[in-house]
Amino acid sequence: MALWFVLGLMTALAAFAVLWPLSRGGRSSPSGSELVVYRDQLAEVDRDAAAGLIAAPDADAARVEIGRRMIAASEAAPETSSAVHLIARRAVAVVALAGLPALAAGLYLAFGSPLLGGFPLAERQRADVSTASLDRLVGQVEAHLEKNPADARGWEVLAPVLFKLGRYEDAAKAFRNVITFKGESASRHADLGEALSAAAGGVISADAKKEFERAVALDAQEVKSRYFLGVAAEQDGRVEEARRIWQAMLDGAPADAPWRPLVQAALSQAGGTVVQRNGAPGPTSEDIAAAKDLNETDRNAMVRGMVDRLSSRLKQDGNDVQGWLRLVRAYMVLGENDTARQAVSDAQRVFEKDEQRLRELNDGIKQLGIGG
Amino acid sequence: MIAEAGHYALVLALGLAIIQSIVPMLGARWRDAGLMNVARSSALAQFLFVALSFGALTMLHVTSDFSVVNVFENSHSLKPLIYKFTGVWGNHEGSMLLWVLILALFGAMVAAFGNNLPLSLRANVLAVQAWIAAAFYLFILATSNPFLRIASPPIEGRDLNPILQDIGLAIHPPMLYLGYVGFSISFSFAVAALIEGRIDAAWARWVRPWTLMAWIFLTLGIAMGSYWAYYELGWGGWWFWDPVENASLMPWLSGTALLHSAVVMEKRNALKVWTILLAIITFSLSLLGTFLVRSGVLTSVHTFASDPSRGVFILLILCFFIGGSLALYAWRAPALRQGGLFAPISREGALVLNNLFLTTACVTVLVGTLYPLGLEVLTGDKISVGAPFFNLTFGPLFVPLLIAVPFGPLLAWKRGDLLGAAQRLFAAGVAALIVVALVWAWAKGGAALAPLAIGLAVFVIVGAAVELIERIGLLRVPFRTAMHRAIGLPRSNWGTAFAHAGLGVALIGIVCETTWNSERIASLKQNDIVTVADYSVKLESLIQRQGPNYREQIAQFVVSRDGQQVGAMSPSKRNFATRGMSTTEAALLTRGASQLYISLGEAGADGAIAVRIYYKPLVLLIWLGPMLMAFGGLLSLSDRRLRVGAPKPAKASRDLQPAE
Repeated sequence: MALWFVLGLMTALAAFAVLWPLSRGGRSSPSGSELVVYRDQLAEVDRDAAAGLIAAPDADAARVEIGRRMIAASEAAPETSSAVHLIARRAVAVVALAGLPALAAGLYLAFGSPLLGGFPLAERQRADVSTASLDRLVGQVEAHLEKNPADARGWEVLAPVLFKLGRYEDAAKAFRNVITFKGESASRHADLGEALSAAAGGVISADAKKEFERAVALDAQEVKSRYFLGVAAEQDGRVEEARRIWQAMLDGAPADAPWRPLVQAALSQAGGTVVQRNGAPGPTSEDIAAAKDLNETDRNAMVRGMVDRLSSRLKQDGNDVQGWLRLVRAYMVLGENDTARQAVSDAQRVFEKDEQRLRELNDGIKQLGIGG
Repeated sequence: MIAEAGHYALVLALGLAIIQSIVPMLGARWRDAGLMNVARSSALAQFLFVALSFGALTMLHVTSDFSVVNVFENSHSLKPLIYKFTGVWGNHEGSMLLWVLILALFGAMVAAFGNNLPLSLRANVLAVQAWIAAAFYLFILATSNPFLRIASPPIEGRDLNPILQDIGLAIHPPMLYLGYVGFSISFSFAVAALIEGRIDAAWARWVRPWTLMAWIFLTLGIAMGSYWAYYELGWGGWWFWDPVENASLMPWLSGTALLHSAVVMEKRNALKVWTILLAIITFSLSLLGTFLVRSGVLTSVHTFASDPSRGVFILLILCFFIGGSLALYAWRAPALRQGGLFAPISREGALVLNNLFLTTACVTVLVGTLYPLGLEVLTGDKISVGAPFFNLTFGPLFVPLLIAVPFGPLLAWKRGDLLGAAQRLFAAGVAALIVVALVWAWAKGGAALAPLAIGLAVFVIVGAAVELIERIGLLRVPFRTAMHRAIGLPRSNWGTAFAHAGLGVALIGIVCETTWNSERIASLKQNDIVTVADYSVKLESLIQRQGPNYREQIAQFVVSRDGQQVGAMSPSKRNFATRGMSTTEAALLTRGASQLYISLGEAGADGAIAVRIYYKPLVLLIWLGPMLMAFGGLLSLSDRRLRVGAPKPAKASRDLQPAE
């Protein structure tokens, strides 16, 4: 409301600036003329001659010349009488009162965004920490590390967060800094390898593989590295070896190991399917291979099928924050922003009671860049 | 709210400019004072709204409001406060807003202080000014809007180009724009005079202060830009004949010619056609400069904006204003009344010569700047026209001009005495020859022409002094009388002398720097020593430091001469994480007018660092000269008196030439 008031005030001011001189009747304001200039020039010649700056004959010649110009100027001077052109004045008044606001409003509405509020830094920083977005907290930690790059503890805190935020390359850098400043360990190498492969879009690159191998060399029982070495083998087409690695893992594992189902699933699919690292059911490699051969429409249809599957799964069991976020992202990729927004509000309703998860969800949604 | 109010203020300014461009002109036609006065109030209101708009953008930058695209793209919350201010015009959109702000400022100044102008002239001038303003408001709103918003604002900005994070940016562009845009006033006056069909000495009297003001700012702006390039780019060069630099030099050359023509016109009512044409050309070149820099047709250090739609838009503005004004000129100029008469050898004649040389020099720069562009457009070949071309064309044109400079002020108006002037310059000639001989004896190596060039510079400086001495009659009349006359001498005479001497001073700096510059490039480790000229430079230590939004590597040097320590220098390399760019901060050690210059290169793996060390003799004179020129301009501007050129009365009838 305040904005419209200010804009209105400015418009009134602008119109007034045009109308004001018109209201002052035909009375002409003081104005200069060239005769004044020549008269001043004559006075100047007298002063210079008196000061001895120009010789007397030169001064006389100058006076004669200026006099000649004065005569010419007074002959050519236009009549100074001022007319009042009433019709034109009325037309200008109409333009100022109607045309100017109309033009300004038209252009402004075309270019401006009157409904967007300001977003200055100070206001952002005043926001309560508990509702502050994860982004800002991460930003603070990053700024701190920018100044104290050797703070291993800081990198250790930051790295997994960056990974969760999907900033895999930064996460890899952070994990590497942890190793540099805090010394190596099997689990750190495994984390670094995981970040590197995530940055490569899930492919176990040579770098990532080296990290996993180093981790296993440090601790032969390191679970994550062993699992990913299996994935690497499978990606390289050595399915037999992958199966062997996973089988060995299951054989040596306690019955209640939390990762058991994941590896079991991987093993059962081995040869045809692989399970993504975070355990979320993704497209099988068959699906992806199939997708490669499809044209755009068919591929969209396939993506749509997968999205629909995810959506119906979440309708039955909605207690999966990451699942909801995946769904929202998928809708956004498909360009269905309205459906995405619908999914966001559905998810928010599901987690209404669970404050922590709701926050996790909202942070993720902010990350996706869609207004909640 | 702030962003939207600023945006709306800009739209309102456009609306006012459209009204201001039509109503006063009709008023002048129908002699309606009320309609003519609309120009005045709307020019003032227009300035108010543009200032509001610019203030809003500044506020958005200072408060880091990243919901505005322009702020997001060019700012960062950690950036030091001063660069949050300067960052406002450190980008395309903001600098265009600064451009129109200055345009509106000049318009408002004519409206506020133009009481001595005839009413119709003022109305027409402000109307023409409003055409330019309207075109540029439209350009900004349509293609370079600084107030566009982001619906979901990012948390951090992309930071300003690190090269521009320097105090030089705070001063250089506003100065340059004050110069460029200041010439719009002389342009508006010229077009208004053509429309009215009347032009006389009084017109020149009104135009002079505006032209002079623009010229002063342009002079300082160019010098400032050159110094900025010198210390910020880390190559130790101060002029690259870069198209962007040429773009500012061209209006300066024609603006200088305009300034001199306007003097003739005011004093002697002659050179009318020259003055009008130069006023049009100077502003056209300013527009061309804006086009070259803003359209992104060039790729150089200055070009941080590129978008073809903008280029086409500015090109249209360019065609409309240059084409329109030249067409008007062709149509109306023959109707202008003849001016005063003068003999070929006279002050007027000397100034015509000056105009010829300056415009020819301007044309060579224009050719050197546009030829490569044209060739690239036509054939796709990329060539670069650099220093060799300009040294061969621009140099030879400036030598006769410089020889002629001291003669001009010594010639009388209307008909002069060349022999008499030469006799009075005898002392200056002798001084120049002595200096040439001394330099020849002292200098080790360097170009054979260098001592001659220095002699020429001395001739110009002493010539300027001779003119003053002659005018006050220092050696002819008693000393007291001479001092009395010196006090009574119009300040514009002092201004002329300072400006001409500044030319000589700058020339000495240029010649010394280019001829006797010594350079060492070395890879140094801690405690290594290199010798440049008579100075030995020792690398004390290499340290890392964290700045507000960058990390920098600083090399600390100790400089000594003949075993005596004379100073410490610490050049650095700054690394800006947000843009992933680095800048070189050269260290300067001033010794008299000479400077020692160190800039850092890449650091090697073995702890050694590449270092470039220059010794630049008398380099500061290059910028002292323009400052003297600007000071001369200021003196002349502060001279409230009118200019009267007392003609020499004819002794015998000689055939006189008409002015045009």
